[in-house]
Amino acid sequence: MPDTANVIEMRGITKQFGSFKANDNINLTVKKGEVHALLGENGAGKSTLMNILSGLLEPTSGEIYVNGEKVHITSPSASSRLGIGMVHQHFMLVDKFTITENIILGTEKTKLGFLERREAQQEIKELSERYGLFVDPSAKVESVSVGMQQRAEILKTLYRGNDILILDEPTAVLTPQEITELMDILRSLTKEGKSIIIITHKIEEIKAVADRCTVIRRGKSVDTVDVKTTSQQELADLMVGRSVSFKVDKTPAQPKEPVLTIKNLVVKENRGLEAVKDLSLEVRAGEILGIAGIDGNGQSELIHAITGLTKVESGTITLEGKEIQNLPPRVITETGLGHIPEDRHKHGLILPMTIYENMALQTYYKEPFSKNNFLNKEAMQKSARKLIEEYDVRTQSENSTAESLSGGNQQKAIIAREISRQPKFLIAAQPTRGLDVGAIEYIHRNLVEQRDNGKAVLLMSFELDEVMNVSDRIAVMYEGKIVGIVDPREVTEQELGLLMAGSSLEKAKALESQSGKESANVK
Amino acid sequence: MLSENKKTLTNLTVPILSVVLGLVLGALIMLGFGYDPIAGYQSMINGALGSPFYIGETLRYASPLIIIGLGFSIANSAGFFNIGLSGQALMGWLVSVWVAISFPDVSGLILLPVSVIAGVLAGAIWAGIAGVLRAYFGTSEVIITIMLNYTALHVTNYLIRNVLTESSDATARIPEQASLRMDWLSQLAGGSRVNAGLFIAIVVTILVWIFMTKTTMGYEIRSVGMNPFASQYAGMNAKKNIILSMFISGGLAGLGGVLEGMGTFNNIFVQAGIPNIGFDGMAVALLGLSHPLGIVFSGLLFAMLKIGGASMPLGSGVPTEVVDIVIASIIFFVGANYLIRFFINKFSGKKDVKGGVK
Ligand SMILES: Nc1ncnc2c1ncn2[C@@H]1O[C@H](COP(=O)(O)OP(=O)(O)OP(=O)(O)O)[C@@H](O)[C@H]1O
Ligand SMILES: [Mg+2]
Repeated sequence: MPDTANVIEMRGITKQFGSFKANDNINLTVKKGEVHALLGENGAGKSTLMNILSGLLEPTSGEIYVNGEKVHITSPSASSRLGIGMVHQHFMLVDKFTITENIILGTEKTKLGFLERREAQQEIKELSERYGLFVDPSAKVESVSVGMQQRAEILKTLYRGNDILILDEPTAVLTPQEITELMDILRSLTKEGKSIIIITHKIEEIKAVADRCTVIRRGKSVDTVDVKTTSQQELADLMVGRSVSFKVDKTPAQPKEPVLTIKNLVVKENRGLEAVKDLSLEVRAGEILGIAGIDGNGQSELIHAITGLTKVESGTITLEGKEIQNLPPRVITETGLGHIPEDRHKHGLILPMTIYENMALQTYYKEPFSKNNFLNKEAMQKSARKLIEEYDVRTQSENSTAESLSGGNQQKAIIAREISRQPKFLIAAQPTRGLDVGAIEYIHRNLVEQRDNGKAVLLMSFELDEVMNVSDRIAVMYEGKIVGIVDPREVTEQELGLLMAGSSLEKAKALESQSGKESANVK
Repeated sequence: MLSENKKTLTNLTVPILSVVLGLVLGALIMLGFGYDPIAGYQSMINGALGSPFYIGETLRYASPLIIIGLGFSIANSAGFFNIGLSGQALMGWLVSVWVAISFPDVSGLILLPVSVIAGVLAGAIWAGIAGVLRAYFGTSEVIITIMLNYTALHVTNYLIRNVLTESSDATARIPEQASLRMDWLSQLAGGSRVNAGLFIAIVVTILVWIFMTKTTMGYEIRSVGMNPFASQYAGMNAKKNIILSMFISGGLAGLGGVLEGMGTFNNIFVQAGIPNIGFDGMAVALLGLSHPLGIVFSGLLFAMLKIGGASMPLGSGVPTEVVDIVIASIIFFVGANYLIRFFINKFSGKKDVKGGVK
């Protein structure tokens, strides 16, 4: 690197929440023009540290230097004036506004008091084309996919012209292709002299894009290493403090009777277009069926239809021998459904409520959590304490609010709740989004365990790795249809990628063998 | 947990600050008009708490306010803004008095509870209309309840003039045995109109607290209010909770009206406009942060302002109009509650970042 001046230097940063130290004497230096990764387990304190840098939190003690000058960052706008822009782990977008409105929010350009919407829209379009961040500028945030929301967030920072970008788990919601594109964007940004701090749990991403990496463990900075000279395994071990395994251990599936049967399902999305088109599918007891596909091909609508959150236009869904299409969510849940939802803040948790109240979200009306319509708080707390312990949810106590949990621990709390209800059929939509490798290992083991206990598991993930490693069968979804069902042991990632992009099974195979790769047998 | 404590602290700062600011502004206004604010406030306190009679009147005034405030808080917890408390209270008042005067010969043991329940139901149904419309047609409860305020006003006045009396402005008094008045209590309080409504308010406060924190229904209402999507995911019935919370909210407002009809006035008379009591109850709930205990305190404070304020012209020569401005300015700051909270958040530098999109 030609210019190695430190653009950011954080010295001895400590942040206390009550008696709990989320950050404990952390040191971090970021050089100009580098991509600096932060790696650490869920709840290690990464978001807290970055929230301090972006002015959302004030440190209990410690000093911050920006471009060599000591600064006090008291608000996000102060941080922005210093050239720091942050894309948060959980989006800070206004649902009812369009993407353009969200991007220009706070920096609106006006002419005679009128918003220069058209020019802003133009500028956003240019930015989005230049960096390949595809968005629909005039769509309302509430009607676009999570992936597009994330891209809008990234655009927002670029639009403000910040030259120190903080990205808190930006890739968690992106598809593999989008991640590759993002990596290219990051590289070109650093070429323009911008510095980037990126938080991610995916070590291969760090290897791909970062120059240096600071590892944080339980609030303390453990080490800053040069990424080129450190192996993935070393990074993972450094972060967890023990050695972790990346491989999912499992025996071949022993599928039994079908638990979920979908026939000719049609579901419309909120704009009235058909998102799921005449789809049929079967999930059997004792197997994990993976759904692979690029974001926006009807996966979310399919899951919402099964779980009763969206109306079914036509077709049948049979769970445990009972037709459940268009039944109320509670009836479906009681028929034997567990659901780890894709959007944990919208559906999964009631953030201002305590953890123990959240853990009883579907069971509060049953014994022992209530009797004669009166809640039994002690029973709820006791069961929550047990789950927190069992699933290693890092929190001060079950009485803390769900919003005080780190992103990954929120996810663990939901998974604990859903699995512990022992449903015959479990839907896991993006279950490991935002989780550290240790936790992912744990969740994957849990899903396999559910399967081995004779449960049927439907796994929806945008991550090819995850679908390939965990599933027993993979259904590829494209434009609302299942375009192929393949055996993960007999398909390559490339073939899967082609199927996801809309090629037919034969074509994908032909293309594969043409390119000289080993031909794969497809079931 | 310290951060929790800190939160409660900022929560309490807001209402206390609004009251203090209101009192200061009131003092400035009195000064501006050439009156002595200290003497003014002294006579206000005297007029609210200075004798058993005044204490009795203050408690009498506070009782329905507290109940109506609780009513507001329940709808508010579910995420609804019940602005029609006045109309619901009026319906409760009307129906309870109507039932009571219709059966002058029935024993109080039956007549009293039947009239109270009829009044509560009237309020509940009045609010329930807005709830049903909201649940099934997505109509804004704010607009519907405002319109229902006017409907209630005109229906009441029409019925008083044409059905309950022969074009008179006030009904006959309700039969003795149906009144909430208690002689011993009145005598204890120097002959004031304080009545069994006081005990009803205490019991209802405790019941509402238990309902909201200890029952599954309260848990559902809070869940729906905080995150309707997660509540749907959890299998809670949104429609049921919308209607239920509005129904209970209106029932409590109706009960507030019952206290006016069967406790304070013992009849009902033609109203010049939508009664203030519903809006005051709303302010009481906002000042009390929608918490039962907070609502009790703010209800008492409101009653002290109103009852004590009535003594200010005599006690310190501050004319009624200025007293009204003083009270209004205090209420204004209470209403500006949200605004003050906003500024505290903005300038204290302490922000809660978790939670993402609101
Ligand atoms: N406002 C708060 N009040 C109390 N504790 C908090 C608060 N915010 C964060 N914490 C705690 O601080 C710790 C660090 O949280 P942080 O969000 O920084 O973790 P993280 O490293 O970003 O984890 P993840 O990878 O899961 O996002 C967690 O244990 C969390 O529960
Ligand atoms: Mg985080």
